[in-house]
Amino acid sequence: MTNKFQQFCDLQNRRQFIKQASIGLGAAAASGMAMPATAALPAGCHHPPKAKRVIFLFMAGAPSQVDLFDYKPNLEKLHGQPLPKEISKGQRVTTMTRGKEQVICAPIFKFAPQGESGIQMSELLPHLSTMADDLCLIKSTHTEAINHDPGKTFFCTGKEQPGGASMGAWLSYGLGSLNKELPDFIVLTSAFWSGKVNVQALYSRLWGTGFLPSKHQGVAFQTVGDPVLFLSNPPGVDRKIRHKMLDFVAKVNQQQQKLTGDPEIQTSLTQQEMAFRMQMSVPELTDLTDESKDALDMYGPEVHKTGSFARNCLLARRMAERDVRFIQLFHRGWDHHSNLPTHLRGQAKDVDQPIAGLLKDLKQRGLLEDTLVVFAGEFGRTTFAQGKKDRNSYGRDHHPRCFTTWMAGGGIKGGMSYGETDDFCYNVVKDPVHIRDFHATMLHQMGIDHNRLSVPHQGLDQRLTGVEPSRVVKEIIA
Amino acid sequence: MKRIIQAIVIVTLSALVSHNSIKAAPINFNRDIRPILSDRCFHCHGPAEEHREADLRLDQPDGEQGALSDRDGSTAVKPGDLEASALWHRITTEDEGEQMPPSDSNKPALSLKEQQLFKQWILEGAKYDDFWAFIPPKRTDTPQVKNEAWRTGMIDPYIMARLEEEGKQPKTEADKRTLIRRVTFDLTGLPPTLAEINAFLEDDSPEAYTKLVDRLLEEKSYGEHMARYWADLVRLADTNGMHKDFYRNFSTYRSWLIRSFNDNLKFDDFIKYQVAGDLYDKPKEDQLIASGFNRLHMIIDRGTALPEESHHKNVLDRVEAIGTAFLGLTIQCAQCHKHKYDPITQKEFYQLYAFFNNFDGAPETGGKPKGGIQSPSIVLSASEDEQREAGVVAMVMKDRATPKETHILIRGAYDSPGEKVERNTPAFLPPLKKKEGAYSRMDLAQWLVDPQHPLTARVTVNRFWQQLFGVGLVKTSHDFGAQGEWPSHPELLDELAVSFVKSGWDVKQLVRAMVLSKTYRQSSDAKPAEYVSDPENRLLARGARYRMDAEMIRDQIIMLSGKLNRKMYGESVKPPQPPGLWEAVSMAAPFTYVADKDDNIYRRSFYTYWRRALPPPQMTIMNAPSREFCTPRRERTNTPLQALLLMNEQEFFKAAKACAILTLEETNNDVDQGLTLLYEKVTSHLPATDRLELLRDTLDEFRVMYSKSKELTESLAPELTDMKYEQRVEIAAWTMMTHSLLNLELAKVKR
Repeated sequence: MTNKFQQFCDLQNRRQFIKQASIGLGAAAASGMAMPATAALPAGCHHPPKAKRVIFLFMAGAPSQVDLFDYKPNLEKLHGQPLPKEISKGQRVTTMTRGKEQVICAPIFKFAPQGESGIQMSELLPHLSTMADDLCLIKSTHTEAINHDPGKTFFCTGKEQPGGASMGAWLSYGLGSLNKELPDFIVLTSAFWSGKVNVQALYSRLWGTGFLPSKHQGVAFQTVGDPVLFLSNPPGVDRKIRHKMLDFVAKVNQQQQKLTGDPEIQTSLTQQEMAFRMQMSVPELTDLTDESKDALDMYGPEVHKTGSFARNCLLARRMAERDVRFIQLFHRGWDHHSNLPTHLRGQAKDVDQPIAGLLKDLKQRGLLEDTLVVFAGEFGRTTFAQGKKDRNSYGRDHHPRCFTTWMAGGGIKGGMSYGETDDFCYNVVKDPVHIRDFHATMLHQMGIDHNRLSVPHQGLDQRLTGVEPSRVVKEIIA
Repeated sequence: MKRIIQAIVIVTLSALVSHNSIKAAPINFNRDIRPILSDRCFHCHGPAEEHREADLRLDQPDGEQGALSDRDGSTAVKPGDLEASALWHRITTEDEGEQMPPSDSNKPALSLKEQQLFKQWILEGAKYDDFWAFIPPKRTDTPQVKNEAWRTGMIDPYIMARLEEEGKQPKTEADKRTLIRRVTFDLTGLPPTLAEINAFLEDDSPEAYTKLVDRLLEEKSYGEHMARYWADLVRLADTNGMHKDFYRNFSTYRSWLIRSFNDNLKFDDFIKYQVAGDLYDKPKEDQLIASGFNRLHMIIDRGTALPEESHHKNVLDRVEAIGTAFLGLTIQCAQCHKHKYDPITQKEFYQLYAFFNNFDGAPETGGKPKGGIQSPSIVLSASEDEQREAGVVAMVMKDRATPKETHILIRGAYDSPGEKVERNTPAFLPPLKKKEGAYSRMDLAQWLVDPQHPLTARVTVNRFWQQLFGVGLVKTSHDFGAQGEWPSHPELLDELAVSFVKSGWDVKQLVRAMVLSKTYRQSSDAKPAEYVSDPENRLLARGARYRMDAEMIRDQIIMLSGKLNRKMYGESVKPPQPPGLWEAVSMAAPFTYVADKDDNIYRRSFYTYWRRALPPPQMTIMNAPSREFCTPRRERTNTPLQALLLMNEQEFFKAAKACAILTLEETNNDVDQGLTLLYEKVTSHLPATDRLELLRDTLDEFRVMYSKSKELTESLAPELTDMKYEQRVEIAAWTMMTHSLLNLELAKVKR
């Protein structure tokens, strides 16, 4: 024990160490990808992976695909008309618009083709538009839930009811750790956001483990105090004293192990060593003093504020560098039942430059190749208006039948749109992608066959993709 | 995945090895064959018709599609004849097209050992037995064992019989200090005091241990401790768990739980009060409070959700609770289709659903319910023992006057009603008593506790066993169905279940018998090889050893600080938390966690406010469940976050300081005396000479470190400004010493 601690303390240049480590692992993975399928696969993989890690940007509250991604030139003409019954097909809606007239509302925001690919993007996303050729918009994403709670729980755990294992937990369980000093699965929640209405709650079950062993659960970083709960030594204890204390504990525990034969004691020792390492590796991770001004600028001015989405994007890149397996950001404030033009503008501003910055930064560092970046909310929003029909203050209700998500990097084709919705942006008319398919595709890029990653629980083989059939969306894979 | 398969193979192999180490032991269908069939075959050849392939079902021997039936000259299983058994061919062939389970089913092929079991089974006549857990438990003759000392009592002969069969020896009884620490924690959730230890050590009568157990069963803390396990099982919490996650007040239900365990309420009544307490003639207050059990599910507040969908979800949750808590079955699996493994049809699921579909109240709460109470509720009279004033309100269960119709919901969708159904219980379980008119929830409650019910008593005694020994006799305490595990000691499980019912469902008597057994009293010290060969201690060849629950660890730390507030009952309390805890998830006020200021922060952990969206991290980091759904068994892991919690939680550290100061006062600053006392307080043991030496050396080193750093010394205890510097150094060093001891295995592991 002493020796291990000593070695650790003696590491004069931690950054150098991490750099070497990540180069080493990166190289191994790269050669792994070049090898034929019969060669040894990384632990837990069913086939050679395209991505080693995921950065999942979760837009809690459900951003409007009508105003951001799914351009429908015809809507302008249809504006103000009732939505035809043959389009709505008795679709259930929330209590807020149930029984009310459904009047089509065209977005007030302009769309324009972007990049070489010419993907249409809303004017609300000027920075992200510059990265259009790296994005794969999935316009035909759909789900069943019409309310936030089950919707988010479904996207994050594959089930509407609590008790399922979250996406990151599955990956940690299936693939194991790449990093001995940080958790496999880290969650970063924004401390503030622009859309001030209907801020939807989060729940720790969204990053929980359900029926999987709890060591795979997401570790939610705090924006106040210690980034990881209970990370810092209490007042009056410094690293040397902590070291001394752990030395003593190790000595007594080892004697106890000899006396009692209990192998679990060794596990505890290992965990205490890891805790001690985390006390150094986590502050090193969140300390941005080594970031250049250029790097910081890419993420926009908010990067200087703790708890901002921009700061979390930067932290996500630092985690990706350190091979955290699954990094999930939650940005709340997208639930725009009224005053959408104002609130959506603010929300889009919150995330536009930071996400573009993250993609650029990852790309520059060669990390985008094997990092899958994902953007999604729990569902979409209605093409018809809720509340005032005024062009400047309309709102939109929840809409599960179609919404736009996107993926970038990690072996996904860039500069493409996949799936189509009808002229009303109401129903999927081509290449539907259920959230299950989305999950299957994400797992596939990580080297996992979604049908084979399962554990028996409550009489069923539990999977992230559940029991209904699901498919990998091969068409979007590079 | 490879890891998983490996793990499964190892588990399966070791199970087989342990069951079949004695040659020529005849096949036991339920133990040896059914689990393999269930795991690999029932998905396509089981009870569920929609998925049945080739019109063959292997869960039944007879009938047109049965395993033994002739099918145009071929038979899946022909008793005594391997060659004529298609199954044998299919599980042993190397032809991928013929192989079962098929390669695209993601189910592993049968191992050689498993094939051998099938071979033996077919040759021995391919006998099918009814599924063990669905037949009422019955007593068998107490097994004959060679070891004379283990021939008496309800438990020990069964454990010894299996040990002798396996050629293993039990451990001797644990020493008295270990024993009092173990049993005090197990029955009260708290460590023994030094006075209690001394009294036990001084009592050298043969009944000393029995007297100790009988004293503990009468402690008030017994009820608090037992009720906590029940709280996990029935998902007792302080908030709605959805959307705005409002406060939901079940403190009267918690108080009732504590009193019920302390008063040793007969467990059949305990069940009946909860399932149907509101349906007694002129129900008593307690019966009504207990019926709040039906209200413990998560619930949404009024917003965008559709009320009819919320109603459906609430009913589902109630039925699932009945299944998990009393039947030990995953009946909720049958909400969309016939259960894949157990003989529960979708219709039967909705027949159970019908008992709970009649709630006379809103399916959602209003905005910010006053006092956390939602109608229907009752106003309680004053109670002396709880020191409860009159006017406290309790949420209760209540049925509508006209029962609501129940339909099968097609594919489980709340808005696709199918055939209308009437209340009833599944056909594979004993029938309800015939009566005129519709069955009530009370009939269901009565049915659950019928002495002939095969599940309720077994499931219950198994959970108490699990609580005391770490793993149940049936490891899958949530699932006694086909996918559950065969019991390690089936005859013992039945013996316990039958005598529990015969005793009048007497929980204290059952728990008493368990902790008085030689099995329980064994030392947990063993050779590493013994831990390897039986890591979960299923054979009980040693005493139990595992990390204690979060609540026990925290309560111990606070108790050692001398500050534990033993006040019982009442509303939940809020001990201090790190800043910013709630802001990250909240959508409605209160956004900020505001800790209590008074000595409520030193109440036992069972009273800690449980917010479902973000339960207290001191608890969840140590594997406490979120209480969003029923949890019959906590997981037990060992993680770096747990290490960080015990190292750095500030209240824990403050408690260590308080304990250090107390100890220094009590021993007048005599170092050896002080260290011995401190060690004994934390571990219930005395330090051996070399350990005392190590303590002394470590204390010296801490002392040197603090004397060199004024800054650290002062920041450790900024409140002690009146004290001389050397004294403050002393306190800092002793605090670190105490803190170090509290991080030892000796402090946090039950042994």
